[in-house]
Amino acid sequence: MIEAPDLSLAALAPLLFVFGAACVGVLVEAFAPRESRHPVQVAVALVGTLGGLVTSLLLAGEGLVTAGGALAVDGPAVFLQATIAGLGALSLLLFAERSLDPARSAFVAAAAVPAGSPRDRELMTAPRVQTEVYPLTTFAIGGMMLFVAANDLLIMFVALEVLSLPLYLISGLARRRRLLSQEAAVKYFLLGSFASAFFLYGLALVYGATGSIRLSAIRESAAGAGGGVLLVLGLALLVVGLMFKASVAPFHAWTPDVYQGAPTPVTAFMAACTKVAAFGAILRLLYVAFGTSEWTWRPLVYGIAIVSMVVGAVLGLTQTDLKRMLAYSSIAHAGFLLTGVIGYGSGADGTGSGLGPTMFYLLAYGLTTIGAFAVLTLVRDGDGEATHLSKWAGLGRRSPLTAAVMALFLLALAGIPLTSGFTGKFAVFRAAIDDGAWPLVVVALLASAVAAFFYLRVIVLMYFSEPAVDGPTVGVPGLPTTIVLAVTVTATVVLGVVPGAVLDLAEQAARFVG
Amino acid sequence: MNTFPWLLTMIAVPAVGAAVVAALPRGRDESAKRAALGVSLLVLLLAVLATVAFDAGGERFQLTTSVSWIPDFGVDFALGVDGIALVMLLLIGVLVPVVVLASWRDEPTGHRSMKTFFAWLLLLESLMVGVFAATDVFLFYVFFEAMLVPMYFLIGSFGGPRRQYAAVKFFLYSLVGGLVMLAAVIGLYVVSANELGEGTFAFDALRQVEIDPGVQKLLFLGFFVAFAIKAPLVPFHTWLPDSGAEAPIGGAVLLVGVLDKVGTFGFLRYCLPLFPDASRDLAPYVLTLAVAGILYAALLAMGQSDLKRWVSYTSIAHFGFIALGIFAFTTEAGTGAVLYMVNHGIATGLLFLVVGMLIARGGSRQIGDYGGVAAQAPLLAGAFLVACLAALALPGTNSFVSEFLVLVGSFPTRPVFTVLATVGIILAALYALLVYQRTMHGPPRGVLLEPSPETSAPTAGAGGGATATTLEAPAAAPARLRVRDLSRRELAVAAPMVALIIALGVYPQPLIDLIEPAVAATMSDVGADPAGVSPQAPVEGTD
Repeated sequence: MIEAPDLSLAALAPLLFVFGAACVGVLVEAFAPRESRHPVQVAVALVGTLGGLVTSLLLAGEGLVTAGGALAVDGPAVFLQATIAGLGALSLLLFAERSLDPARSAFVAAAAVPAGSPRDRELMTAPRVQTEVYPLTTFAIGGMMLFVAANDLLIMFVALEVLSLPLYLISGLARRRRLLSQEAAVKYFLLGSFASAFFLYGLALVYGATGSIRLSAIRESAAGAGGGVLLVLGLALLVVGLMFKASVAPFHAWTPDVYQGAPTPVTAFMAACTKVAAFGAILRLLYVAFGTSEWTWRPLVYGIAIVSMVVGAVLGLTQTDLKRMLAYSSIAHAGFLLTGVIGYGSGADGTGSGLGPTMFYLLAYGLTTIGAFAVLTLVRDGDGEATHLSKWAGLGRRSPLTAAVMALFLLALAGIPLTSGFTGKFAVFRAAIDDGAWPLVVVALLASAVAAFFYLRVIVLMYFSEPAVDGPTVGVPGLPTTIVLAVTVTATVVLGVVPGAVLDLAEQAARFVG
Repeated sequence: MNTFPWLLTMIAVPAVGAAVVAALPRGRDESAKRAALGVSLLVLLLAVLATVAFDAGGERFQLTTSVSWIPDFGVDFALGVDGIALVMLLLIGVLVPVVVLASWRDEPTGHRSMKTFFAWLLLLESLMVGVFAATDVFLFYVFFEAMLVPMYFLIGSFGGPRRQYAAVKFFLYSLVGGLVMLAAVIGLYVVSANELGEGTFAFDALRQVEIDPGVQKLLFLGFFVAFAIKAPLVPFHTWLPDSGAEAPIGGAVLLVGVLDKVGTFGFLRYCLPLFPDASRDLAPYVLTLAVAGILYAALLAMGQSDLKRWVSYTSIAHFGFIALGIFAFTTEAGTGAVLYMVNHGIATGLLFLVVGMLIARGGSRQIGDYGGVAAQAPLLAGAFLVACLAALALPGTNSFVSEFLVLVGSFPTRPVFTVLATVGIILAALYALLVYQRTMHGPPRGVLLEPSPETSAPTAGAGGGATATTLEAPAAAPARLRVRDLSRRELAVAAPMVALIIALGVYPQPLIDLIEPAVAATMSDVGADPAGVSPQAPVEGTD
């Protein structure tokens, strides 16, 4: 007789909400009349993600393993699910912005039409908007939320694919500079497939070494048998696959190109949500499955963190395109996040560890980075967004408010006190020093100083340079972008000035089960 | 009266003032100035009242306020002042209104509004008060770093031709120092967590923690680098001449007058009491840097051709004296050093202000572009002379008292360093008087000269143009300078500073009474004899 696995629907509510909305979105795409599709799709996607956000907040304090042991609905899972759903909703608002681009959308009307063909030129100015991007994105959000709750490696792999495939697609949907966008999509797809293959291979090796794909079982087996060669190799391959998604150097090669080529709202989505999801999985894999055999992963992560911080900070210096610059900044921040991951502490259940600080950092960084990309969508010239640094000269003069908002985000990314970026950095660095990893923190501080230089350069350009004659114009944002900017600015300041409540929340959520 | 949150009010008032000024509609520069002046005078009043409420013989930290801020980090919004911090607050209170008044007629560069300038200035004042009033190390660090932002915008938006370079250099130097300090701050927290069972950032609790000497040295260095960049000590000083030269005059006054004092204040407040063993062990090296700074910066000052860079180098030399006083570990020298911090703020402040007035008249920063100004503008020259005399510490000026205290107090413990530092006094006389003589006396020459019909306006070259005119001018017709003397507003800027220089030179006792108990407490933390080292029994450091 086959027993149905236990399934707590309440604990799965956030996932059900988001995946449900994605399925509804597909149906809307098929049956709703074209003119009403856009508002309906936006509404469905927002209801789904906000529903996911609310239900995951209601689940706070939960700690159970469900779905036959495949999913762990615990503090970190719920906290990160809420973070992903919230950041996802903000990104969707950026997707829905229609008043900035003269063509009324940042997405190409028909992605299959060859770039530069007569039909393409025709569509360029057509008022048609395509709306597949909403269900695709909702699926990706669902995949990410599944990713951070996966309690066995196979579910983790499925979630990885569910979140990745829509991302490959939507990075190729830019309305302008389509070839660049398509190139980005192909690059991301090819490299992403390699990463998935690494992950899968690692999965197979770990299964071979321990005889289980359940994280808790791997932990027991690893603790009992010690680290066999198969296990170590498997762990390394799994980490490579996850680090790729988190755009950690040296697995970062795709990041600048994809960030630059993808439509800016999609870049914002990837920079914020994918990073949260990937780090959620990294934390769960390292802490739950390999928590007892620290010696196997600590030197590995230690080294990767240093490489990522140095590569991100140093290569960021040479960039002249803002989107690429933010891409390198995201690589450097991945390194800072790993500093928090290192601060594992002694408590096996995550007490006194870097878990809470890392989750706080993810939330703070996600909000700031979405805000920064939202500002990028406002500054435009004839060819769409003006992302070349030189175009931003004198922006402070022409549009003081936009420049001030951008300056705030840049200061937060640089980690200046009284912004969320500083609180996050302080929290992860403290966790690392607590654990004796002070050389790593010294490297992190030096990298922060180097990175501060390229953030500052943008502020210098905006405020202290004369405006260029043929400079870009600053679009008046519609309601969606305005909401995004308001939320992200508020969050950046509040998490910097009075972070107590959220830090508390992250600290309380920092208990893995499974 | 004593329960009134003086310090919180002194932080809040300028911060609110900054927000109000920033929110004024465009083009209302006039009301912005008035509001800024009003707010800064109010802060001065608050500072004076706080001084009245302060009991010099009482508790070490007074006027305390403490609110839990980030419980997860164990951080409190804890404020409180000892005598050292209090005199710095008074200095801030005096300097900011003077700076507002001095910037009254500044023409904004480009299309920038002066409104923004005053908003940044008030925000800076709020953060400067915070940095001296914080008794929580984390809070101190937050103010320390946040203070960079307004100064960065003041230099970058309102500065001279190379302002971009100067602003970025200023920010990066300070940020690097700050980040190194951050590592030490976190380290201190972790050490306290190991020692006390619960991590803390509270200064009073940290003072009790016994730290392993090796760790102490590392933490000391973390703090020291940040403060040495800020102060600045040679060889961390190269940002100051650039920033000082490019900053608008008001910004420059606050930069060397107050911001840099955070460095020397930090030595006294954090390095000495928290890391006494490391301080004693490393003192010879710090003193070497200090004395090298006195001599090296004085020599460089003599070689400057740019007025503002010249002032910047003189203050690097003065910071050497302050550091010497602090690391001599006697109450006398320490008191002298703190007094020096106040006096230097006033004296160098006046020097910068007068130089700014001169530059406003001539439009050039080159020393060689001025000559014989005294004949036409006796008040301007008089103020410049007082500032120069204070810079060389002539008896009767305020700087004399502090320099004398530093040297007398340092001699018993550190005779060699003191003797070497004394050479700096001679150099000071040279660099101060030479510039005074070149610009104010002698035949009229330079950019302020009335253009005579046959000679073209000598604005092109610094040296060449000036000498050409001096040669020709007397031959053609008696040269005339077109230079206004001080206006009433400028007089209102200079007069209080001159008055303070003389008053504190003649009667510094009230300040010394405020400072001495706090310095004595600091010196007893570091293990020096709190009563001051008697000359009969010199204690030769630890080595």
